[in-house]
Parts: sequence; structure tokens; C-alpha cells
Amino acid sequence: MFDLIIVGVGGQGAILASDIIGKAAVAEGLPVTGAETHGMAQRGGAVENHVRIGSRYGSMIPAGGADCMMSMEPLEALRFAKYLKPQGIAIVNTERIVPVTVYSGKTPYPELNEILGALKGVCKEVKAEDYTALARKAGAVQALNVVMIGAVSKYLPLKEETLKQVIAKSVPPKTVAVNLKAFDLGRDA
Amino acid sequence: MSKEFLLGNEAIARGLLESGVDVATGYPGTPSSEILAALTPVAAERGFHIEWSVNEKVAMEVAIGASWAGARSVVTMKHVGLNVAADPFMTLSHTGVVGGMIVLVADDPFCHSSQNEQDSRMYAKFAKIPCLDPCSPREAKDMIAYAYELSEKYQTPVMFRPTTRVSHGKSDVTVGELPEGKRPVKFTKDVERFVVLPKHTRALLKKLNAKQEAISKELLSSPWNRLDLKPGAKLGVIASGVSSKYVEEALTAIDVPVSSLKIGAYPVDPLLITRLAESVDRVLVIEELMPLVEEQVRMYVDDVAGKMTGEVPHEGEFDTLLVSNIIRKLLKLPAIEVRAPPAGIELPMRPPAMCPGCPHRATFYALKSVFKEDAIFASDIGCYTLGTQMGAVDTCICMGASITVASGLSFAGVPNKVACTIGDSTFLHTGIPGLMNAVYNKADITVVILDNRTTAMTGHQQHPALGETITGEPTTEVSLEQMVKACGVEHMQVVNPFDLETTKAAFKSAYEAEGVKVIIARQPCIITAKRIGIKRKQYEVIPDLCEGCRRCVKFGCPAMEFKDGKAVTNDQCAGCGICADLCQFGAIKIRSR
Ligand SMILES: Cc1ncc(C[n+]2csc(CCOP(=O)(O)OP(=O)(O)O)c2C)c(N)n1
Ligand code: SF4
Repeated sequence: MFDLIIVGVGGQGAILASDIIGKAAVAEGLPVTGAETHGMAQRGGAVENHVRIGSRYGSMIPAGGADCMMSMEPLEALRFAKYLKPQGIAIVNTERIVPVTVYSGKTPYPELNEILGALKGVCKEVKAEDYTALARKAGAVQALNVVMIGAVSKYLPLKEETLKQVIAKSVPPKTVAVNLKAFDLGRDA
Repeated sequence: MSKEFLLGNEAIARGLLESGVDVATGYPGTPSSEILAALTPVAAERGFHIEWSVNEKVAMEVAIGASWAGARSVVTMKHVGLNVAADPFMTLSHTGVVGGMIVLVADDPFCHSSQNEQDSRMYAKFAKIPCLDPCSPREAKDMIAYAYELSEKYQTPVMFRPTTRVSHGKSDVTVGELPEGKRPVKFTKDVERFVVLPKHTRALLKKLNAKQEAISKELLSSPWNRLDLKPGAKLGVIASGVSSKYVEEALTAIDVPVSSLKIGAYPVDPLLITRLAESVDRVLVIEELMPLVEEQVRMYVDDVAGKMTGEVPHEGEFDTLLVSNIIRKLLKLPAIEVRAPPAGIELPMRPPAMCPGCPHRATFYALKSVFKEDAIFASDIGCYTLGTQMGAVDTCICMGASITVASGLSFAGVPNKVACTIGDSTFLHTGIPGLMNAVYNKADITVVILDNRTTAMTGHQQHPALGETITGEPTTEVSLEQMVKACGVEHMQVVNPFDLETTKAAFKSAYEAEGVKVIIARQPCIITAKRIGIKRKQYEVIPDLCEGCRRCVKFGCPAMEFKDGKAVTNDQCAGCGICADLCQFGAIKIRSR
């Protein structure tokens, strides 16, 4: 069983990411369960999607159970850190999305070093990159989710080829080339 | 037969297709909305009727009519929708159905996207109808076919009650064949059944009561309620719906034998409860929301742990860890530690906010700048409820309660000006009677209809004022203006909130007038605008001109940041241009690129 938690900000495409990974698992004949965030939080709130490859249990990963975290935003990696296993790995995008509360309230956005330092205390390995820059390089910021699928693909119990086939079928036809490039850039980063 | 990775709601939709649904109705509401959305693309090809109804009561009654003609129908809604539809629902159990009818009500423990936590199983018990409570998307799909058969066999509506983690859970689901051919329909007159005069309904109630036991026995042999007795077990755990999945996972990490009873269908036959209780020393009941099963178990068993003894929380949603620790405590096993958050860093909250370029933000800004802090702003449910962040939403209780609560404030004689905001979809759903009432009873309020040309909050569904049905087919467009006029409103104005000055002027004249004033603020939701191809250029702040006054930052748009003493726009800018109007130094301009 492999538990992956995908976190980020509503609107970043976390649902498509978990959908692609889940479909790839089904294509390889593995049982899979998962949970998505819909509704209110999709308006720029914190979102968490769970994908449990090889699972027949409930849709949500118990705290302390995630083998891997894919975080599309640094602050959210820390917010959902409780899900990580001590032996787990966190793949973190370093591009920030500053919540409006930072400008209106008193809590500042923590420094990136602080965030990553704290995460390292929680799990075995933290890999942080500016994956948004890679998405731009691939041709569209919106491809961030696919860049990050590429980045986590090295750890997933799924074949690279299966993931790519599902990506090609799941994204708008005009954007297939951009997304496949995004996947490769993320995987090689 | 093949496997697909489906959302719980998509699995339910697939079940409906495989059962040959003839009429599907509903009103959007998280977490139920994706069911009709998943059925829509195939409706024409499969030849069934599908609709977004005006509200849940309407949806329920349309589904009832269809069933009485012998069609298989389904009505979908969120838990609070059933409050709106409760009137037909409570009497439908008496008349019963002809074609199978599913009342699909999705509950939302923890109120992820809801104004309250409500247990719809209670409504099923209240109305004396069977209720199915799936534990997973897989089970949900299989249960639909059963629901229709049960409904037709006992001529009763069946409640189908997924919770958020089933509706928005995902899993591999085996999909089957779709049926061929069309079901014949025919309405057979039967006044004693379909006209609930007191004389008729007294007889119908007797019949309803008489079939309860047969239904309970029927469910005894269903696969949804499963007793698993383990030799040597001292503890028996009863868990309903999604909680049974958490119990299943929790028990894999416990070496002591524990018996279990999974509940997925109500009413629960007492036989299952007593068989479990006789084989163990103690029974634990785990269910989210209300202690429905627990209350029943207490009728037959003395030593029961649950909500009523403080072991199980009354509120919120459960998970495997929480359930594990409840069981472990009763077994005197050490608790599994919940991982503490990394110490020493305070995390800024990230509440949902209106999108960059949302027309509601502009309307609220204009409203507040005219009515000022002192006014009272009653509001309603939709994306605009997030206007609390701008201090422009002071009340919200349920859909349609903006105009009415504002009227009540006005009639109570508050010295403040009273204004209220209501979305276009909400106005049509339950706002109109309130407007009529305000005019009829002479309230002194300003009503702002936030006409963003969609039902945004729940995923941008159509409604009657858009001239388009759920399938995208053109239809007669209901005019909000004519509707407002027909309610007797004389002071009415339509404005474009992106035109700040005109909008403010309209609010000013409403502020100064007496009686019921209606302003329709019309501008498509930014997401709808993108979909229909409205393109807007992004804005940027010219650093040399910015004085750092924060006027634009205080507007609260997620696309406006503040760095090193200057405002700066980010990539999320949707080009509404309000910030440029706000800047007194002319520092915000269309991006030059
Ligand atoms: C009785 C009931 N049904 C459904 C819902 C779910 N719901 C919340 S807001 C909303 C509609 C919002 O549409 P609109 O009023 O047009 O506002 P918008 O989100 O577009 O700003 C719905 C259907 C609810 N809260 N209560
Ligand atoms: S979805 Fe539309 S209505 Fe809702 S906050 Fe965004 S722009 Fe506003």
C-alpha cells in the first residue's frame, strides 16, 4: 500500500493531479481509494487530496500514514505535515501563494528556510524546487500539477509510461505536448 | 465489465444509469452536486429527463410526479435541501411511489461546505422510510440498484444518504451494462392514494405502519448490514456508513479479537443487535452526527459505549486514527500518538476568499462606501457570504433569509439603515416570497441582487434566469427585472458593479429613498466570464507612482500583494480594474507587455 497526500491551494489543480494518479493505478490493475476537496475551500482555501494506492480501506490517510506528500505550495506542506510518516518524503513547490490574511492580519508568511527546516524534522526527506518555474518553462503555469506528478512519479509504485498515457488522455487535447514536457521536467528535476 | 476510477458521486450516477433512471432532478448543494453533473452528458443519448430545479421542494415534487407515472426517478440535494423539501417528503411516505424513487440526500459532517451538521437518517426515520448509508463509492454504486428494487417492492421512497467522504471519495469501481429499451409509463388514477384528504391519509398511515416490519426483515438479509463474530471477542463494535471503513482499517492493527456489525441500511433489525450483544461483554457504537443507532441499541443492550457515555464525539467527522483510539481505549491498549505540528512556527490561516476579479467584491465595496459601517448588512448563501471578510455580511442563516431577516430588522425598528445581498440563484430558489412579503408589509430596506449569471458556489450550475437548461439547451429566460416588478417594487435599478461610480450612485439613491429598493448588480462571475470567452488584460502597479497607502490592498483581492512598502499585483489578476479606480495616484495601469 502507498499513501500519497496532495496539498495546495484551491484552484491549483490538485484534483486533476489526484485523478491522474488514481486512474493510472486503476490502469495497472491496483485497487485504489482517495478523497478530494470540493466546495467552499476550492475558492482559494487550503485543499488536501488523498490517494491510497493498493488500498481497500476508507478514503482518508490516517495522520502519520502518508508515504509521500506532494505540496504545490510551501505553507500548505507545513499545515498538512501531520499526515507524513517519519520515513516519508515531502516534495515541495517553493513558489508561494500568500494568503490574504497575511496582509490584513498579524501572522506573517514564514520564511522558506523555516518551513523546510520544520518539515525536515517531521519526515526523512524533503525535496524542494521551484516547480512553478518548470511549469512556465514547459509552456504554462497551469501545468504545475503535472510537473509535480512528474516529480513524485519516481516514488510511486506506478510505471512512468502509464502515468504519461493517462496524462495525455486527461488534459485538454491542445495542451498534451506542454503537459508531457511538464511531466519530464518535473521527473528530471 | 470494466474498472474505472470514479468519484463517489460519479459512481452513484453510474448506478442510476445502470438502473435505467427515467427522471433525475435536483438543486445543487455540496456534496451532492456532481451526481446530476455526471448524468448530464448522457441524458440525451439515453433518453431520460434531467433538470436543475428551482429549489429542492420543486425537485422533490417533480420526481414524485414522475414516479406516480411509473417512471424511475431520483431527486438529489444536500442535507439542508431536505428542510426545504420536507413538506412533500413527509407525506410521500404515506402515498408511496409507483416507479422506484430515490431521495438522495448528501450529509456533510464537519460542515466542510455547509451551514450546519444535520443527520438525514433522522428524516428517514421521521418519515418511516428505509435509508441506505453507503460506506464507499463502490458500495454506493451497488446500492443504487438495490434501492430501486426495494422502492418498487414496498412502494416506498428510499432515502440514499452518502456523506462527504463517500460523495467526494474516490475508488476503483466496477461498471456494468446499461439497460436497453424504455420503461412504459402510465398514470392510473387512484384518488384514495394520490389525494391526501384526511379520510384517505388516515388509511394510508395504517398501511405505512403495517409495512415497517416487513421492510426491517427484508433488510436483514441485505448485504449492507453485516455481522462479523470473532471467536473469543469481548468487544463488539457497531459502525454505520463510512465509519465502518475506519473500523475495518483500525482493527487490522489490533491483535485482540473484536466482533463487528457494519450498518448500511435502516431500519436495523433488532436481531442483529441482540446477536452481537449476546456474544460479547460490551458494545461500542460508532456513527457520525446523531446517535441514531446508539439509541436503538440501548433499547436492547445494557453496557453500551458511545456518544451518550462520552466515548464518541457528538460533532464533526471521524477518521481511522480517531476510531482506532476509541477502540484501543476500551481494550486498554496504548493510544496511537497524533503527530504534533512542527513547533515554533505560527501558520497564517488560509480561509477561502472571493476570487480575484469577483464582481461581488466590487459590489460590496460600493455598497459599504455608501451605507458605511453603521448600516446592517443581512446576507444569504453563496460565494458572496465570503463578504464577511469585507465587513459587508452581518447575517446569514439559510438560503433565502436575507430579504426576510432584513425585513425583520427593519420592522423591529433598528435605527440603522438595513441593506441585504442575495445571489441570483438564491433569489429564484427562495428569495421571491421574501421580496413579496417585504413589499406587502412595507419594509424599509435596500435589496441587492448579486446577479453573477450562475450558481457559482456549488460549481457554476444553470438556473432559470440564464435561458439555458442543465444540458445547455436554450430555454425561456426568466427576467429578474420583471420578477422584481411583479413583486410590487417600484424603485429598481440595474447596474454593472465594474462601473464603480454608477453603482455607488445607485446605492446612494436607494440609501436616500424609503420603502423596498432593489438594485440588480449584473456582471458574470469571473469563472463564467472566462468560460464564455470574455478576455480582460491584467493590471500592474507602477512602483514609482505607488505611495504605499494600501488603499488597493485593503480591497482584499488575492491578486494584490504588498512588498517593501509598495503594492504589487501577482499572476492571479483577472483584470476587473477596480483597484485602478481606487488608486488616488493613478499608479495602477493595464499591464504593458
Ligand atoms: C437549501 C440549500 N440548498 C442548497 C445549498 C447549497 N448552496 C449554497 S450557496 C448556493 C447557491 C449560490 O448561488 P447564488 O445565490 O447565485 O450565489 P453565487 O455563489 O453565484 O455567488 C447553493 C446552491 C444550501 N446551502 N442550502
Ligand atoms: S467563483 Fe465567481 S462568484 Fe464565486 S468568488 Fe469566484 S468570481 Fe466570485
